[in-house]
Amino acid sequence: MNAREEILNRLRTALGPAPTAPRVPREYRVDDALDGPARIDLLVDRLVDYKAEVTRCRPDEVAASVATALAGVTRLVAPAETPESWLSAYPGKVVTDGPQPLSVAELDGAGAVLTGCAVAIAETGTIVLDGGPAQGRRALTLVPDHHVCVVTSDQVAGGVPAGLRRLTPTRPLTFISGPSATSDIELNRVEGVHGPRRLHVIVVEPG
Amino acid sequence: MTLPHGTGHLAGSRPFPAAAHVELGKPQLRANLHKATHTIRNKRARVVEELPDWEQLRLAGSAIKANVMARLPELLVEFEAAATAAGAVVHWARDAAEACEVVTRLVRETGTDEVVKVKSMATQEIELNQALERAGISATETDLAELIVQLADDEPSHILVPAIHYNRSQIRDIFTERMGDAPAGLTDEPRVLAEAARLHLRRKFLSSKVAISGANFAIAETGTLVVLESEGNGRMCLTLPETLISVVGVEKLLPSFSDLEVFLQLLPRSSTGERMNPYTSTWTGVTAGDGPQNVHIVLVDNGRSATLADEVGRQALHCIRCSACLNVCPVYERVGGHAYQSVYPGPIGAILSPQMTGIEANKTLPFASTLCGACYDVCPVRINIPEVLVHLRQAAVDSRRDKPSAERTAMKAMAWVMGDRRRYARALRAARRGTVPLERVLRRRTVRHLPWPMSAWTASRDAPLPAPESFRDWWRRTR
Ligand code: SF4
Repeated sequence: MNAREEILNRLRTALGPAPTAPRVPREYRVDDALDGPARIDLLVDRLVDYKAEVTRCRPDEVAASVATALAGVTRLVAPAETPESWLSAYPGKVVTDGPQPLSVAELDGAGAVLTGCAVAIAETGTIVLDGGPAQGRRALTLVPDHHVCVVTSDQVAGGVPAGLRRLTPTRPLTFISGPSATSDIELNRVEGVHGPRRLHVIVVEPG
Repeated sequence: MTLPHGTGHLAGSRPFPAAAHVELGKPQLRANLHKATHTIRNKRARVVEELPDWEQLRLAGSAIKANVMARLPELLVEFEAAATAAGAVVHWARDAAEACEVVTRLVRETGTDEVVKVKSMATQEIELNQALERAGISATETDLAELIVQLADDEPSHILVPAIHYNRSQIRDIFTERMGDAPAGLTDEPRVLAEAARLHLRRKFLSSKVAISGANFAIAETGTLVVLESEGNGRMCLTLPETLISVVGVEKLLPSFSDLEVFLQLLPRSSTGERMNPYTSTWTGVTAGDGPQNVHIVLVDNGRSATLADEVGRQALHCIRCSACLNVCPVYERVGGHAYQSVYPGPIGAILSPQMTGIEANKTLPFASTLCGACYDVCPVRINIPEVLVHLRQAAVDSRRDKPSAERTAMKAMAWVMGDRRRYARALRAARRGTVPLERVLRRRTVRHLPWPMSAWTASRDAPLPAPESFRDWWRRTR
């Protein structure tokens, strides 16, 4: 018998002839309790609490906010379909990923990366990337040391269940809550280990 | 058909009391453990408090896991089909040795002799690093704490913070002596030490061809794997190499993606005491142009089917390895993780290791507890650890009827694990506090277990809940 058959057989033996699977009670909160503005306030509060930098702006201020967030950055990585309206005030060099993918060394040499996101979750201060529009492949937001992420108000869900329900499970998903961190040395939190040490979220509110 | 037990790093050569005795002689260890467990448990309490539906989430989490166990064979087949359709290659391993063989062969096929690793309990359980080393493959642990432990040639002492038994100056010394490229004049500032590790590992990340991971969850419906982490070393390993090999215990399944809405709330809050850990990655087979293009998944039994066969004990398989039970355990706090001599320490280790190895190989572990019930109260998936402990104690006693009483031996051991009479009295008071929530859950005035030493008596009978005040306290107060 091969390993697969044997393991499945063992498990069936362990369970006996008629295992009963209990019903799952789902009485936890699923819907967003908060309305738009309160939800954004909560997201900002939670992002700041986890040491992300946050800028709030109106739709016509995105380019200026991006340029300010990227002050001092001379080489910026951006996914292929980054809206021109985000980049128009940034004076440095923009290196686009694609159609030829950038090498890891090129990503490592960049000062920052600019992306959008798929969903944000207010209650946990989380942004979720799914490789969709303006997000690019996963390495883009991992290797550069500074990640600037534009979140629009319609992308903000209240809680984890509401956020997950907006996502496509089979896409490669990255949930980001603050900059990378470790507490491995005497439980002292140190921000910035291998992932980007700076996370800057630009929250675009309705005009 | 007999169900074979697990092998690998699940049992030691010494009984728990003897191992605990050695650990009790280390004051630095106890001070570190005290600070760590209390800091994390307070953080946890604060973020759990924030959620009005915490108990509803626990009930859902517990039921989802019970549901998974009842349907495990069909869910595994479903997972395999979905992962395969998405481009992953699924392998099966009966025990630790077979899992190591599969991984070693897969690494060899890539032609490399260097791999990077994300912290994974399953690979520690099967002793993968040692197997790879024997095959001439060097494996680098990339989680900061795991790196410290690996450089020190030591073993992890806590599920979540494996290097908690070292303080900063000890870590500085380990880096200076063993890291090779440690900068000269390294100080013991945590920030400086983390930076040294960052630089040390960065070159490896950017050049590695093969990574090995575990998984926190495996989604049957979609074939998706999920890893939660903090430092970004996980993302590095899961994203940059060409080949990714993930070693996953068969119990890690969840039926569908929507079940993550429960576990992504339960796990981070219980584990690190954060609303959400910095990074969670999910991947489903291969994504063209993004991440590893060769994706392997090794599904491991290694004693899990044997554990599933015990109707009382199988709930230990629900564990999501958050380590909350370690952080509230008065015994763990005194002796640390090494005394349990298994990759699974603390209260969960005391019920999981003996079931995976069979009780004969781990007879004293079920006695490594005061049965205070605190572990049950904090467990995000409501594993009734005291209930399983009592059940296993019975099995341990039954297994050696003709020998000196296992209870008596273990009880003597616990007496000095808890130190002296005063400390023992304090533990009993703590136990009484622990019974309040238990009482609420059970809605009755009896429990099936009492704190040590009365537990010897209650191992096979129901007993009334401890009085709110012990006779001794009452005497002292009213005299
Ligand atoms: S038994 Fe429960 S509390 Fe302990 S590590 Fe497992 S899930 Fe966490």
